[in-house]
Amino acid sequence: MFAPAPYLLKDVSVSQVMTQVCIALVPGIVAYAWLIGPAILVQLAIASAAALLAESLMLKLRGKPQAMFLSDGSAVVTAWLIALTFPPLAPWWLVALGTVFAIVVAKHLYGGLGQNPFNPAMVAFAVCIVSFPALMSQWPSVGLQMPLVEQLNVILGLAPRVDALSGATPLDALKTALKLGDSGVDVAQLLANQDIFGNFAGRGWEWVAAGYLLGGLWLWQRKLITWHVPVAFIGALVLISGALWLYKPAQFASPLFHLFSGGAMIGAFFIATDPVSGCTTPRGKLIFGAGAGLLAYIIRVFGGYPDGVAFAVLLMNLCAPLIDLLTQPPIFGMKDKA
Amino acid sequence: MITRDEFRTIAHNGVWKQNTSIVQILGLCPLLAVTTNAVNGIMLSLATILVMALSNVAVASLRNFIPHEIRIPVFILIVAALVTVVDLLFNANLHELYLVLGIFIPLIVTNCIVLARVEAFAAKNPPLQSTFDGVFMGVGMLWTLALLGGMRELLGSGTLFGGIDMVFPSLQPIQLLPESYPGFLLALLPPGAFILLGCMIAWKNWMDARAAARAQRKPPASVATAGAH
Repeated sequence: MFAPAPYLLKDVSVSQVMTQVCIALVPGIVAYAWLIGPAILVQLAIASAAALLAESLMLKLRGKPQAMFLSDGSAVVTAWLIALTFPPLAPWWLVALGTVFAIVVAKHLYGGLGQNPFNPAMVAFAVCIVSFPALMSQWPSVGLQMPLVEQLNVILGLAPRVDALSGATPLDALKTALKLGDSGVDVAQLLANQDIFGNFAGRGWEWVAAGYLLGGLWLWQRKLITWHVPVAFIGALVLISGALWLYKPAQFASPLFHLFSGGAMIGAFFIATDPVSGCTTPRGKLIFGAGAGLLAYIIRVFGGYPDGVAFAVLLMNLCAPLIDLLTQPPIFGMKDKA
Repeated sequence: MITRDEFRTIAHNGVWKQNTSIVQILGLCPLLAVTTNAVNGIMLSLATILVMALSNVAVASLRNFIPHEIRIPVFILIVAALVTVVDLLFNANLHELYLVLGIFIPLIVTNCIVLARVEAFAAKNPPLQSTFDGVFMGVGMLWTLALLGGMRELLGSGTLFGGIDMVFPSLQPIQLLPESYPGFLLALLPPGAFILLGCMIAWKNWMDARAAARAQRKPPASVATAGAH
């Protein structure tokens, strides 16, 4: 699969791209560490170490050069995406297990960098949420109100995992309201009254999502991603959430809330834009992004899991080769149906 | 009757070279659904061994009387009758396990391994060889299902031989990992079976490749003379 001409490309190496993706994640990470808790920095370190160890082991088993592939940074990007999508106080072994699974199974068993049909970070998320649903649903609703030492103890399993550290996420609260139906609570009231909701989405989390948006726009400005996937993702999410919101504002949250909740922003700019597991043709990217946004909304609102972005991206990864095949642009000089 | 070499070839084919689960990849439905622990895998394999041995010997004995054109319906009728016998035997003697294995015992009749061996082997060979073929094909299935079930059980819940009390009431499952083991649920779900089966197939191919490389290295003298011409 090739993108259409012109092939005027800057000579960018994989490690340069990966470094810039990491830099683009920084605003989101800073907001995360500041508003939710510095535990995320520990998780990033755990995930990075696990990713590099697993990568090194697999390179050794496959007889590939270590230095070249270890320094390309792709494992670190996968690790960071895993750490950022897992609950901040997930036990260390859960983050490490997810990362090792992503690198060993989702990346190297399929042929390594550039060969994986599925986004490794999202495979890790899906595997862990299917295997350990309780641990993966422990999201602190507001910022972690405990000292860093205590956060560390919880991650390392030295302190008991108190129930208090996990509340219902904003998405969960809305889902419960939806299940209660007409007799239940009014969403607008819920948003106004409950402590876990901030200005326009989950308190604290909304600014983390805004940080991802900022980093994503920078990636687009640097021409590392095209506008197609994020615009289609966000457009589809806004369309379906807006339609349902206008239809029954008492039961469904506004598009703004959905955009800044859960993994929508990081998904639109950092996960669905993965050049390996996503589509390559411009029209294909639009279909891919719109499909992921639509599925993410359906799964997060009507499904049983806390968020739908991971499953939406994986399902669209499955469709990507077919979409690419059907959206090949006509060869220059040929009629449309060549 | 049967030569030593013939017997060894049949045994080797069934247990390793043409292993039903990791070489022929037949009968994936029971493989995925039943191997959530080693005991289920072993007991279903034992039922399949029984059916395969009996159906192979029955078909091999009747092979000269079955019209070629309608052989498949006749084979299926024979297999179905034998499966019904095994199904009733399980229901009567191992009722609890029968409830666990459920539909998969009657479904042995649709298991492609049984019909494949009847068609490929028993319809062309004498009864004694056919019996051994059925048994050893079943043994091949037995060890792969037991291994797969054991691995899934160990990863998924940290125990080994869970449910053994349904077969031998005096025995208890072995708790290999500490009680606090959280359980890797994926291993117990169908995707876990696919992933582990893939690993087992890779392991089998790796063993074969290693054996082939070793066999090639062993007689260097003849290779050297062949190359000299």
